[in-house]
Amino acid sequence: MGKKQRAAAAAAPAPGPEEAESSTAPAAEPRLPVEVIYCGVCGWPLEYCEFGSTFTRCKEWLGAEHSELFDKYYSEDALAAKLGTISLEAQSKLEEDTAKKEAKAEARAEAELKKKMESQVVIKRVERTKRKHVTVISGLDKFGIDLKKAAKQFASKFATGASVSKVTAGATDDEIVVQGDVCYEILEMIEDGVGILKGVPADNVEIVEDKKKKGGN
Amino acid sequence: MFKKFSTATDISGSTPVKSSVQRQLRATILSQWKIEPETLESIWPKKEGLVHVKCREHISIYTVNSRPIFFQHFDSPLVPTLRILHQYPYILPKVQIDRGAIRFLLAGAHMMCPGLTSKGGWLPPAEEDLPGGTLVAIFAEGKEHAAGIGITKLSTEDMKKINKNVGVETVAYLGDDLWSVKSL
Ligand SMILES: [Zn+2]
Repeated sequence: MGKKQRAAAAAAPAPGPEEAESSTAPAAEPRLPVEVIYCGVCGWPLEYCEFGSTFTRCKEWLGAEHSELFDKYYSEDALAAKLGTISLEAQSKLEEDTAKKEAKAEARAEAELKKKMESQVVIKRVERTKRKHVTVISGLDKFGIDLKKAAKQFASKFATGASVSKVTAGATDDEIVVQGDVCYEILEMIEDGVGILKGVPADNVEIVEDKKKKGGN
Repeated sequence: MFKKFSTATDISGSTPVKSSVQRQLRATILSQWKIEPETLESIWPKKEGLVHVKCREHISIYTVNSRPIFFQHFDSPLVPTLRILHQYPYILPKVQIDRGAIRFLLAGAHMMCPGLTSKGGWLPPAEEDLPGGTLVAIFAEGKEHAAGIGITKLSTEDMKKINKNVGVETVAYLGDDLWSVKSL
């Protein structure tokens, strides 16, 4: 509680320039920072959640995580005070906008998730010479995996070389190339959600074998 | 400034800043922000190196321990990040927009004079007139924390007199693409 009180005390007077001047005088000690509580959903200061695209979820989060603060922002009184100088008409327009924004964001998130669940990760064993293979993994980026970090993880796991290679210049569908045949080991890592690979659905992973160096088509 | 900014594609490299340049930057901050040397020291300790992150279109972001502290566009004033301003809200002079203008600010728009001169807005009194080109914290009606940072396009007294067009150019706002960058 001590922290919050301090934050409130420091933030309460809107810091006009005049006040700042008078309090600068003999400060040999650094001033303590205001501790702002940011929303766990949208990441903004709580008072700005109403302008975001996740207002409903923001409110739910606040109710669950900081129920003691909920009334400060959403009690009848708070809502009335918030209106300030804005007209009722402008306020209802704002609420309408927020609702629209929210609906749009939800639709977008849903479409993204659907697309994600439809993407495939392909693990390909490629023959380099008669006895040497490399394993090429593509599609991990579609699941939001940082390819460089994934390559690093493979390299240290298999104590071998692993790198990110660009398929074509500027392409977004880059691949990871790991030295050696580690197809099934990588599939296992994805199934277990090891490290950075967490969240990639194993059902979307396919192993293919590529015998020839280059196919006709 | 940080609209459609991506750390993956818009950063060209980062280098430690030479100590002589660091001294200059520190002095510039002390002259441009209303901050005590001790407080600046707690944000950016002298023994911690400053890192210059070079971005597209002459934007420079400066980090301490990978945390963005301030940025600059060409030779603009050194702008604290909004997160730093939230912690130390008194370091910049204040202006305030009315509630109606908030959603425009959060969409990245520049702030028009009427949103600053209306009943819900606030500009400093005549004797504390801010000239054009001043870095300001943009507060908002009924809100405790700043929603953005801007540079005045004309003096605050002229904003009151002319009362139309852009009064404050927005350089950072809640939810812009620098806001989401907590470490670089
Ligand atoms: Zn929120």
